[in-house]
Amino acid sequence: MPTPNLRNRPCGGRYGDIIESIGHTPLIELKRLSPKPGVRIWAKLESRNPTGSVKDRVARALIQDAEDKGLIRPGQTILEPTSGNTGISLAMIASHKGYKLKVVMPDNVTPERTDLLRMYGAEIVYSEGSKGSNGAVEMALDMAEKDSSVYMPYQYGNEANPNAHYNGTALEILEELDEVSAFVAGLGTGGTLMGNGRRLKEELGDKVKIVAAEPMQGEPVQGLRSLDDGFIPPIIDLSVLDRKIFVTNQDAIIWTRKLLDEEQLFVGVSTGAIARVAMRIAGELDEGNVVFIVADDGSKYFSSGIYTRPLEEIENLDSTVWW
Amino acid sequence: MATIRIPPVLRPSVGGEREINADGDNVGEILRAVAVDHPGTESQLFGADGELNRYVNVYLNDEDVRVLDGLDTTVSTADTLVILPAMAGGAR
Repeated sequence: MPTPNLRNRPCGGRYGDIIESIGHTPLIELKRLSPKPGVRIWAKLESRNPTGSVKDRVARALIQDAEDKGLIRPGQTILEPTSGNTGISLAMIASHKGYKLKVVMPDNVTPERTDLLRMYGAEIVYSEGSKGSNGAVEMALDMAEKDSSVYMPYQYGNEANPNAHYNGTALEILEELDEVSAFVAGLGTGGTLMGNGRRLKEELGDKVKIVAAEPMQGEPVQGLRSLDDGFIPPIIDLSVLDRKIFVTNQDAIIWTRKLLDEEQLFVGVSTGAIARVAMRIAGELDEGNVVFIVADDGSKYFSSGIYTRPLEEIENLDSTVWW
Repeated sequence: MATIRIPPVLRPSVGGEREINADGDNVGEILRAVAVDHPGTESQLFGADGELNRYVNVYLNDEDVRVLDGLDTTVSTADTLVILPAMAGGAR
């Protein structure tokens, strides 16, 4: 029996445990950022997941997939390369379900990520920061090859990653909006863009444009000896994308601040980059809905000072792995 | 002439320059002109099939040409081509 005086209806739902509560995130209109009356901007607040990022959906799907296929058993160690959020999500779920977790992470990520991983009981192995996320992937693949007792979900090559969005995030968006002109998300593993992109194109046809915002890696983290040391996540299919636009760390931070100042949205750096691209696409439209993903909130970036200091005082702008 | 930004990994092949210029009406023509002027870049920019090396991303200003018209993407003299290595990006 609903309580008549309840002010915050509908409630967020009732769930059997924290893992079941992943997803069901709010979609928020950003009226002040809208460039013209017919164009509406919507932020899908994935930061409202239990550990504060979109990666809760992915981590749940990766572990569920391994369990369904009989690839892991309680007490076993899960190993994964990550620059933070996937590791934090896996750590929370592994801890809840009784698995051990070891993550390989570049040594130049913000310190909050280390604290959060330790908080959930994960073991951290650091890879060389100058090699960026490529270095973490390379090291984790090597470790998995040498130790057959670990299970590596490998988010870069596991279809459970995009499927978490195909069967989750995209359906939630379609439940709220009948029309989507553009969907904008960050390109990391490619999971968010592939899963949402495929489902939205299937349901809405080619009139929905799927747009990737990607980080322009600062020169200090482009530590490759040769271009052939480059890396393309196996789950990425470029034919799903209509546009792919890079954003510098500086512009990403400017837009992170703009979301805070103009719409009071407290988001991480990748979301600043995503919003910048979303606003550019919105400016090119005459009407329609533009949806972008808020990948995480800003709590993992506090120590960098990006929310309070002038841009020119932020240290290690180009040598930090922000996303 | 369009401007081409060179990533650190390719700079030894272009005499250490961060930016160079080359003529051409589209991405393919410009990159082939770069390969002629700086032969050390050819095997890094192009695969054996003459297409872009899969680990090279080329951007027209800030947009990846692979999702535009690839090597046929039109380039004007005011444009900048940015060459970047394909990286894992945000594992998040």
